[in-house]
Amino acid sequence: MNDNVFPLGNEDLLEAYRTMKTIREFEERLHVDFGRGEIPGFVHLYAGEEAAATGIMMHLNDQDRIASTHRGHGHCIAKGVDINAMMAEIYGKVTGACRGKGGSMHIADLSKGMMGANGILGAGSPLACGAALAAKTLGHGGIGMSFTGDGASNQGTFLESLNLAAIWNLPMVFVVENNGYAESTSVDYATAVDSYADRAAGFGVPGVIVDGTDFFAVYEAAGEIIRRAREGGGPSLMECKMVRFFGHFEGDAQTYRGAGENEHNRANRDCLKLFRARVTEADVIDGGDLDAIDSEVLAAIEQAVEQAVAAPLPGAADLTTDVYVRY
Amino acid sequence: MARNLSMKDAINEALDQEMARDPTVIVMGEDIVGGSGSPGEDDAWGGVLGVTKGLYAKHGDRLIDTPLSESAYIGAAIGASTCGLRPVAELMFLDFMGVCFDQIFNQAAKFRYMFGGKAETPVTIRAMVGAGFRAAAQHSQMLTPIVTHIPGLKVVCPSNAYDAKGLLIQSIRDNDPVIFCEHKNLYAHESDVPEESYTVPFGEANIVREGADATIVAYGLMVHRASEAAEALAKEGIQCEIVDLRTLSPIDIDSVVESVENTGRLICVDEANPRCSIAADVTATLSQEAFGSLKAAPQLVTAPHTPVPFSPALEDLYIPSAEHIVDAVRKTMAP
Amino acid sequence: MSEDSITAVLMPKWGLSMREGVLVDWLVDEGAEIGVGDEIMEVETDKIASAVEAADAGILRRRVAAAGETYPVRALLGVLAPEAVSDDEIDAYIAAYELPADAGDDEDAASQYEFVDTAAGRLRYARRGDDGPALVLVHGFGGDLDNWLFNIDVLAQQARVFALDLPGHGQSSKQLGDPSLAGLAGELQAFLDALEIDRAHLVGHSMGAAVAARLACDAPGRVQSLALISAAGLGPEINADYIDGFVDAESRRELKPVLLNLFADSELVSRGMVDDLLKYKRIDGVHEALQQLAASLFADGRQQNLLAAQIAELSIPTLVIWGTEDRVIPPAHAQNAAVARIEQIDGAGHMVQMEQASRVNALILEHVLG
Repeated sequence: MNDNVFPLGNEDLLEAYRTMKTIREFEERLHVDFGRGEIPGFVHLYAGEEAAATGIMMHLNDQDRIASTHRGHGHCIAKGVDINAMMAEIYGKVTGACRGKGGSMHIADLSKGMMGANGILGAGSPLACGAALAAKTLGHGGIGMSFTGDGASNQGTFLESLNLAAIWNLPMVFVVENNGYAESTSVDYATAVDSYADRAAGFGVPGVIVDGTDFFAVYEAAGEIIRRAREGGGPSLMECKMVRFFGHFEGDAQTYRGAGENEHNRANRDCLKLFRARVTEADVIDGGDLDAIDSEVLAAIEQAVEQAVAAPLPGAADLTTDVYVRY
Repeated sequence: MARNLSMKDAINEALDQEMARDPTVIVMGEDIVGGSGSPGEDDAWGGVLGVTKGLYAKHGDRLIDTPLSESAYIGAAIGASTCGLRPVAELMFLDFMGVCFDQIFNQAAKFRYMFGGKAETPVTIRAMVGAGFRAAAQHSQMLTPIVTHIPGLKVVCPSNAYDAKGLLIQSIRDNDPVIFCEHKNLYAHESDVPEESYTVPFGEANIVREGADATIVAYGLMVHRASEAAEALAKEGIQCEIVDLRTLSPIDIDSVVESVENTGRLICVDEANPRCSIAADVTATLSQEAFGSLKAAPQLVTAPHTPVPFSPALEDLYIPSAEHIVDAVRKTMAP
Repeated sequence: MSEDSITAVLMPKWGLSMREGVLVDWLVDEGAEIGVGDEIMEVETDKIASAVEAADAGILRRRVAAAGETYPVRALLGVLAPEAVSDDEIDAYIAAYELPADAGDDEDAASQYEFVDTAAGRLRYARRGDDGPALVLVHGFGGDLDNWLFNIDVLAQQARVFALDLPGHGQSSKQLGDPSLAGLAGELQAFLDALEIDRAHLVGHSMGAAVAARLACDAPGRVQSLALISAAGLGPEINADYIDGFVDAESRRELKPVLLNLFADSELVSRGMVDDLLKYKRIDGVHEALQQLAASLFADGRQQNLLAAQIAELSIPTLVIWGTEDRVIPPAHAQNAAVARIEQIDGAGHMVQMEQASRVNALILEHVLG
């Protein structure tokens, strides 16, 4: 083994890999189980985008709040939400993270700083600004962070939030996950500027673009803007250019994609493969250690599914509870 | 001790006392301080009608002027409420909720249920409601039925200064999102208000007047119209009981049922448009719960199914009047 | 005859918020000879109903007001005059009578209440009457000085009457320094000090009677006599459901059945009375104050301060008044006050001073004036 040339220690590198692999296998398994008709409703999978969630969230603690998107499983896992509770939730079970009342699009765990996946595109940006305002008012040093896709980054809420965060100098980070498609519509069609980072300047906010498939690029860029937010330097925008391995939702025939596009992405832009290559080629991490993580992750996902399948469904009494704190 | 206070001053006092009591209470909205960043005086406005005037001097940066950006700042208030603050966000006119309604009904209202009971969203959204201000179709609506329809929201609409202070303090301390509707034509209305802090609980109607012949259900400004009608009818020997709902969600249907069981007659008054209104809702529920007690068909007195008109000549026709209510009561009394 | 010999019978004003009342019925006929203190009519407000006692003596020459009608405070309801006054003069008097412009005004009513700062905090009180001995009225648990609504003005005709809100009650400070009985007695003493009342006749109701008795034991030199009405402190039993129910009730539905314990005549518990008590209970600090008092004075549903033996040893004239229908504290406790004069009033409940005001007023005056 050579000396570690990366900005993370070996333990953290292994942890980063484990997180990315957990997201990947979680989504791959859902893809299969959904196809078998075992999952109610619909799911939007994060596979292919793991490096972004992981590289960013490694800088955050439980005081930091994130507002996620409809494609939120990866954000949840990277923010530390329990995968057993997530899986049970997606199966609609009473043991789920939201007692079966939220489902895939609404997984939240406020104790981990996860303010919720969100079925309304762009809705998380104002909420995260609120988290940042609370952090600033209460002075606990946390930050707010919103995730939006390339599609939702055209919402008024996102643009208004950039202005709000800027004028109030909030400890806030806006992450734009640009996977090239708003559902089926290309970013080239729906967005006039070449880059979302260019928009940041219009709000007096720094903007950066990173390769979202490169864990290390994400990790370093995120580290800098998160530090700036924490130190009172105000909000920033970070655009991660990335790929989505699956369709918008499961069952999407993806006929809008070019020929061979998915195969190309899997072969050349797989953030897990790229990460593995970087750390093993630098001879910092042993491939065998990564293989061991692969098996552990698969076992953990298998266990999560088994538990979810075996768990009880919510009962009729659960229908009307938890509408209000006090009635 | 109690003094005569206007509803506007009572609301100001509630905000003042809660900000003094609880450092996590913040107040935000457009021009609620006024003049932020401008060369002139601080605290220039204290809200468009001066409701928050003077609070900035006492509580400083916990009063925050916002840009004209309702989605962003109402959403931020909601987000902040899940992160340890108790924000009171002023939406100015409830009519403006169109631009930020997603944050109210898809976010704030649903967090607790959607997240399996884990979230608390102690946000209060204050907004002016109601017609009579010659402010036309986009600044005058009584949109209470729309917010009342949404599970997860609490909806408050006081008719007097005493209730306004107690209900606002309750709203701020409550751990659910509250839409606090202030009728702009009641701001100057005065009643006895204790100096001390106090709460008025949600879901308890106020029996403004007791009477054995007919039950008039109303809220907000319409309580006063109902009182005028009841005065006029009393001269003819018809005694009306007036139930001021005070909160629309939760709603105190039991008090209405109890009253109708005594009077046998129901007249629901609502400044909202008629379809799916509070009046329609109460009438439907009462028809189900107390049908056997009814001696006559329930009557609804509402605004017409039109936008609020501008011309005073038309607006005065639009708002339900005491005469409308008197006529409706008479209909229930007809043999 | 001059107009001076004509006396008006007016709609009374009971408490701050009363603006009008219903003349439920006349209790005397035209031509009847009326003495001071005679019950002449029944009046009802949205909060309370009571017989009204004549403040003046004379012949009821005219019933101006009709039974069942509503009249503003200080409206002319009847006319007293000697035989010698002609009907024409009475007609002229009625025609000329003008309702005072400030009748029922808040300023008028508010000025009837005063505040004094003591070590126990800010206390509200009412002061009536210019001459005669000092008489201090002390209300019970959860009450306030308006519990003496039907007593204070009558007593003030022959005494200087003071009625206070104890700490935690009415419009006095809601923080309790010391929720023990000795603490409350100390606060009553601080009130006497602040108003420079050296010695007073103390009239206490329920918990207020125990407070008065405790002060008599602790500072006998300050107390000229004691009148203990439906008194706490004379026996261990107390209706714990009433105490707990009063402390815990949060709504009209919860509070009303609790309040029914206070009166023999359940009709007296009006919606207005329930609403006013809820308004009090909803003020910040009240719930805590009531909880502290209940825990200190009535722990485990038993009275914790028994003073009968100590009272017996005092050489202070003591009167005990009880309604036979008291459902909060057993009337049998009256017998425990060995030395006292004991008056049982048939058909009255715990709030005997409201339900049988004229009887209680007469007893107190007789006791105080000797």
